[in-house]
Amino acid sequence: MSIKSLFARSSKFALTASVAAATLMPLAVSANEVNVYTDRQEFLIAPLLQAFTEATGTQVNVVYASGAGMEERIKAEGRNSPVDVVMTVDVGRLVDMVNDGLTQPVSSEVIESNIPAEFRAEDGSWFGLTFRARPIYASKERVDPSEINSYLDLADEQWKGRICTRPGDHDYNLGLLAAMIHHHGEEVAREWIKGVKANLAQSPQGNDRGQVQNIYTGLCDVAIVNTYYMGAMLASDEQRPWAESVNLIFPDQDTVGTHINMSGAIVARYAPNFDQAVQLLEFLSDDLAQEMYSAGNTEYPVKPGVQWSEIVQMWGEPKFDAESPAAIADYKGLALRIMNEVDFNAGP
Amino acid sequence: MSSQSVVHKGYLSSLRSRLHLDFWTFGSLLIALIVLLPIFAVFYLAMFPTENIWPHLISTVLPGYIKNTLWLMLGVCIGTFIIGTGTAWLVTMCRFPGRRVFEWALLIPLAMPAYVVAYVYTDLLNFSGPVQSLLRETFGWRTPRDYWFPNIRSLGGAISMMVLVLYPYVYLLSRSAFLEQSATMLEASRTLGCSTWQSFLRVGLPIARPSIVVGVVLALMEALNDFGTVDYFAVRTLTAGIFNVWFHMRNLGGGAQIAVVLLIFIVALILIERFARRKKRYHSSTRSIAPPRIHLTGWKAVAAIIACSLPILLGLIIPGAQLVAYSIKFYEASISAGFLTYAKNSLILSATAAVVAVTLGLFLAYAGRLGKGPFLASCLRLVSLGYAVPGAVLAVGILYPFGYFDNLLDAIMFERFGISTGLLFSGSMFILIYAYVARFLALSYGTVEAGLTRIRPNLDGAARTLGRSPSGVLRDVHVPILRGSLGTAAILVFVDTMKELPATLILRPFNFNTLATHVYQYAKDEQIEIAALGSLTIVLVGLIPTILLSYTISQSRSGGKNT
Repeated sequence: MSIKSLFARSSKFALTASVAAATLMPLAVSANEVNVYTDRQEFLIAPLLQAFTEATGTQVNVVYASGAGMEERIKAEGRNSPVDVVMTVDVGRLVDMVNDGLTQPVSSEVIESNIPAEFRAEDGSWFGLTFRARPIYASKERVDPSEINSYLDLADEQWKGRICTRPGDHDYNLGLLAAMIHHHGEEVAREWIKGVKANLAQSPQGNDRGQVQNIYTGLCDVAIVNTYYMGAMLASDEQRPWAESVNLIFPDQDTVGTHINMSGAIVARYAPNFDQAVQLLEFLSDDLAQEMYSAGNTEYPVKPGVQWSEIVQMWGEPKFDAESPAAIADYKGLALRIMNEVDFNAGP
Repeated sequence: MSSQSVVHKGYLSSLRSRLHLDFWTFGSLLIALIVLLPIFAVFYLAMFPTENIWPHLISTVLPGYIKNTLWLMLGVCIGTFIIGTGTAWLVTMCRFPGRRVFEWALLIPLAMPAYVVAYVYTDLLNFSGPVQSLLRETFGWRTPRDYWFPNIRSLGGAISMMVLVLYPYVYLLSRSAFLEQSATMLEASRTLGCSTWQSFLRVGLPIARPSIVVGVVLALMEALNDFGTVDYFAVRTLTAGIFNVWFHMRNLGGGAQIAVVLLIFIVALILIERFARRKKRYHSSTRSIAPPRIHLTGWKAVAAIIACSLPILLGLIIPGAQLVAYSIKFYEASISAGFLTYAKNSLILSATAAVVAVTLGLFLAYAGRLGKGPFLASCLRLVSLGYAVPGAVLAVGILYPFGYFDNLLDAIMFERFGISTGLLFSGSMFILIYAYVARFLALSYGTVEAGLTRIRPNLDGAARTLGRSPSGVLRDVHVPILRGSLGTAAILVFVDTMKELPATLILRPFNFNTLATHVYQYAKDEQIEIAALGSLTIVLVGLIPTILLSYTISQSRSGGKNT
């Protein structure tokens, strides 16, 4: 081997090595990963994040920090917090985090073209990803769907002893009352919830599915229940008869639209992996993830034109109240006060 | 030997003994401080509410919260006391068919998460469940107005559920107290003409009082910090108030204030009991001779069998059978790839927490015994408070001090050495273990302290005279005698850590699950049928050490062969 060729080979080697080093360097400084805190359930979210890793090669680390302490953890961890993306089941919670200074705005053409303007913050500080409606479930046998046009109707005398619901201080019921406050003002909302309370068949108890079971067994005729439970009940042999005993009525079609609660995400203020965080949000707002949400948990995708799951399609294309998330953020505390004042949980 | 050196030596040894005392005193105060850190943090948070919640609460729901809380406490107190001491007395003092099985089987309901039992009973007993459906079919009733049936989702229902899973605290503690009781006293009472029943009431119960009280107080604290069950039953207690104010009114400080009120409830309870038994002493004069068991025959034996079977039937067999049925039916959906890892994580965390908590509990209890003044003992008793606070609130009390420390250290290291240490403790396994110890030290400390109370101080005196140091006395005298109490303490912490949920959810590291968190994601989504397999595994994993230790405890009864 001549000296020249040895030189040529070694310089080639050096070049290869330095190119390799240059590509590896950023990996060594910060691994290709993104850290997520979420209050959503693992069995829903894990498949989405796995699809993200398969599509991008970016590893996802998750804490399923269900319950009330997630924001406190981020606050306590301060500027060394490892979290990049926070995903919550309720956008109201995200708006609070924005107000507490725990987030940073993101601007991405992909996200902005995926998510319609009414489902995200103007400055990119929070994004809605999916939503679930909270319609009225009514017995096929005992209720004619034309009897109910609005949530307000539930306070009418004719429903006395016929309504079932979960406790008033549950998130979903507080959200609905917050929207009523937003649209109709505090006084109307208070009289309305008083009327609903007087019409209850029993003191508020149990979960959403339990209310549908109660309609099936004849304890009551109508209930307020989130849409995605319908999907879960239809998937279960035991619960299918419950689901088949009810009609879904989407109220307020001629006015503000049916109440929804929206899930969403933010990028954390001190996100150490900012680029991967944006990449994750882009992925979650795009076709594949949006379809997975719809198919896996009977939720409505925010991205227009994404294929809805069969069950979701069954209910047609109702009008939804896009102001719900903002109303929840503004009035949830007041809603709880009103629930307390009318002593909703004491029942009829 | 010159008189000077004698004086010198005397001074040294007195200094040394003072230093020993100081080692125990300072050590225990330091441990107490560290463990109480989250409680201080809760008090601190309580000073900064975003607004004053009390006018609204007092004029609306607070009276109801307090009423429910008091009824819940009263119900759980009476229920766990009767079932716990009654069954413990039967299995330790009497002989009847099945006694040896009952002895350990009575413990198992402890491993059942209360909210899981609540779910199962609701499915069985609510209007739409099989029991009421059968009644309706049989009698031709249609609506709830046609007949009366107790509503499971009620205060009474919540009390029943909690009694079913919490009575084992009282059972365990009173059993180890009965086992350590001297035969002589009981025999003396019998000689003096007491019937079996009378010697239970007049000798057995009073001597075991410190242990029984610890058991009942533990059950009460657990009932107070429970959120899952009362929430599911829509029974609004002070705990529900904490979460409503914190979460929905976004007022963490206000929530912390309610938590402080809850703590005052507990402290008052402990003080009242202490006051009631001031100056009484509870050590038995001798141990070593176990009283012969009373042979029960005929209807008495049948009654004993029924009394011991009922809690097991209701707390274990009925909910357990339902969970087994669900697990078989939904096996495909329930089994997940990570299951073994979750079980391993739960086991390691629970075992570590048990060892640490029992060691610290023993240290504290013994330091309290060495220190003569009541001040130290009262300070140490405060370490139990972590147990009375809902887990999520305690977790927040842990997050802030550790986050502060981590960030401070990081800033200093970066400024001085240009190294960023990041978060050292936050989000680590360490912080989980710390949380479990801070939460469950009440279990180990209370159990061990109650055990120590029954050992006569003159045993310490004798051993010291024979040249043992305080730690020597602990090692050679107390630990062997306390074997039963130490085992009991370890079971309690182990099983409670297996079930622990709220603090684990908030504090855990990335990509980390325990059996309890795995179960919770389904339970939260109202899919108890898929959560069943995981819940059963919690019970089974908790079962193994429970049976082993139960065996150890019955062996600690001297002359345990005469069963």
